[in-house]
Amino acid sequence: MARLFMKGTEAVAEAAVRAGCRFFAGYPITPQNEVPEYLSRRMPEVGGVFIQGESEVASISMVYGAASAGTRSMTSSSSPGIALKSEGISYCASALIPMVYSNFARGGPGVGSIQPAQQDYFQATKASGNGGFQMMVFAPSSVQEAVDLTYEAFDLADRDRNPVCILADGVIATMMESVEFPPMKSNVEIDAIKESKREWALVGHDFEKEKRAWIEPGHWQTKDMQKANEDAAAMYLEWEKDIRVEEYGLEDAEIVLTSYGISARVVKSAVSILRAEGIKAGYIRPITVNPFPYGAYDHINYDKCKAVLNVEMSIPAQFGVDVKVGVKDRCPIEHCLCSGGNIISRNAVLDAAKKIMKG
Amino acid sequence: METNLCIAGFGGQGVMTMGKFLADATCNATEKKVTFFPSYGAEQRGGTANCYVVISDEEIGAPLGDVMDDLVVMNAPSLAKFLPILKSGGTLFINSSIVSDDISRSDVKLVKAPVTEIALEMGNAKVLNVIMLGVYVGYTEVLEPEVVWETIKHKLSSKPKLLPLNKEAFEKGLVLGHSQK
Amino acid sequence: MQKIYTRTKTIQQDKVSGFCPGCMHSTIIKLIGEVLEELDVVDRTACVLGIGCCGLQMDYMAYDNSTAPHGRACATATGVKRSNPESLVFTYQGDGDLASIGLAETMSAANRGENISVIFVNNGIYGMTGGQMAPTTLIGMKASTAPKGRIADEHGYPMHMCEILNQLTAPVYLERTSCNNPANTMKTKNAIKKAFRNQLDGKGFSMVEIVTSCPTNWGLDALASLEYIEEKMLPEFPLGVIRDR
Repeated sequence: MARLFMKGTEAVAEAAVRAGCRFFAGYPITPQNEVPEYLSRRMPEVGGVFIQGESEVASISMVYGAASAGTRSMTSSSSPGIALKSEGISYCASALIPMVYSNFARGGPGVGSIQPAQQDYFQATKASGNGGFQMMVFAPSSVQEAVDLTYEAFDLADRDRNPVCILADGVIATMMESVEFPPMKSNVEIDAIKESKREWALVGHDFEKEKRAWIEPGHWQTKDMQKANEDAAAMYLEWEKDIRVEEYGLEDAEIVLTSYGISARVVKSAVSILRAEGIKAGYIRPITVNPFPYGAYDHINYDKCKAVLNVEMSIPAQFGVDVKVGVKDRCPIEHCLCSGGNIISRNAVLDAAKKIMKG
Repeated sequence: METNLCIAGFGGQGVMTMGKFLADATCNATEKKVTFFPSYGAEQRGGTANCYVVISDEEIGAPLGDVMDDLVVMNAPSLAKFLPILKSGGTLFINSSIVSDDISRSDVKLVKAPVTEIALEMGNAKVLNVIMLGVYVGYTEVLEPEVVWETIKHKLSSKPKLLPLNKEAFEKGLVLGHSQK
Repeated sequence: MQKIYTRTKTIQQDKVSGFCPGCMHSTIIKLIGEVLEELDVVDRTACVLGIGCCGLQMDYMAYDNSTAPHGRACATATGVKRSNPESLVFTYQGDGDLASIGLAETMSAANRGENISVIFVNNGIYGMTGGQMAPTTLIGMKASTAPKGRIADEHGYPMHMCEILNQLTAPVYLERTSCNNPANTMKTKNAIKKAFRNQLDGKGFSMVEIVTSCPTNWGLDALASLEYIEEKMLPEFPLGVIRDR
């Protein structure tokens, strides 16, 4: 199909619809209001349900309910709203309920600023709620990638019976860019997906013939709870195969820039300028920030690399902490950061890189 | 080749719409990469509004660049705010009806267009953005005018009554822009 | 020999209830099960449990169920019901869950006229966490977080959820019952049946508030707690149909 020119929020919403999402509940918060607005129009067209919940906590609980009943379901919010949703996200993870949510992150902490930021990295990748669960976290750096990852997120959520997070930001949310959409799942496909969850979903069971559905976000017996934690931990290890990362120029790079999401596209353009100016620069861009591609940092040629430059829209660095784990002290790590709603400047990245090369 | 454009003015002058028309037309009619990024604040009305359009043959890095190749300024506060990010040798398009301040830089090209006056003469103050879009396209030739007009026509398809007025506005702008090349 | 009574099949035969002696959850769960069987909807029922003692039934109920985050049962049930409109979806919640932490979810689901049924078990206290003050705790009633008893100037007054929801336009059925004697218990069963029928008929939001006891946290034995209901609770929470449309 022809490429369309669309806002990130609306494109993500349309991608969800095409992936077979038929339930959305959300609550207004800038900069992602076009997700619920778009879906309030779109869901009725495809026989889906849109609800503006009375709060973020209610919205995620509605999604928990709808997904427990076997429907592909989604919610969306921005940073402070995601904090409120953490209760329900944790419940979904504990009760093995697949769902997808997007965080179009803004400045923080607290009410923060409504402009774009990457200050929810730890929240998304390490602790999206109580209990030490994990999710796959995708970090798109373009509207097209946000569409593709959202579409795929529903499959992975169903595969693992676990929430999947789309970690975007206010730029991806509000910018318009050309996109091509994946195909619309047919009603037959959507029904088949729902039917595949019949055994465990709250669709009603005849207890004299089959097991009831029992959605358990916890366990009375500590041995059962530990078993659930162990099963989850085993699943997280399986995600190694799902790691996605973009690497460029690492063989000869004297400086490696690393970044994710919106910052990474700025970094990529900075690297091509550096190369054009004769500086051997490379980059590592994790697309999955959980599981994190620590192994990509083994591909750096540490005999040549003077430093790794971490670029992110968070002060203090958060992504940089994972970078440090990947680099394992094999070379120094410098940081080029901004925060609070400011968008990373290519010139600042170039200056930081050149300073390292001179030093 | 990458063009970074910033369009700035009062809220209500249609600067976002102007940017979207241009970006949308680029997406529809060319193989180029294009991004549109609105600067957004908390206010629903008033204040200044500005957006960034990047048109490129290559993958676009930042949808909000550090320096602008072109700057469209629809009101005086925006001139003061954004002139510093216009690159040396860049082009400044001003709404000369209301931006009367002296331009403090001599290293930029200046295109003057009294779009507010023209719009008022045409009987509809709202079309000033379409006139300015015409000026920009006429001067830069970044896109074929027909392509841009098709996009405007498509976007206004629910209000066919407004088409003749907008066509006239766009064409007036094209002539004005072209004449200053 | 004619069999005139049997235990509802909706309770797994080999399981034991975890409820305290004198607790009325067991009674209500039995009533719900009987109603589900009588309406022949057991195989299309989904129960959304609140947090607290009401969750102790999850081990032995035989039909589909889920546990909502504390207070969010009405929101979770909304999601279940909208996904599967053919299901019978009801919440089962205590007073802390429904009227304190879940007040917004309860009010909003009622205000939307969600086609769900709410079974609200009101015993005026938090049970599982150990007798803390609830929004429905009576004036003067002692609680582990109100050692001198509930004081109006400090804690406000008991909340009357049926009457509060009666301010909304959308709900179709609101009734307060009790299980403190056989007659009231039968009325409770009929009210539950009506709430479920309303949903099956697509009428909208129904709530049955059941005034019950908590012998353990009230510090009374089973019989004394029945007297307490009659003498203290029912004057504050009068029984009857508040709305029936």
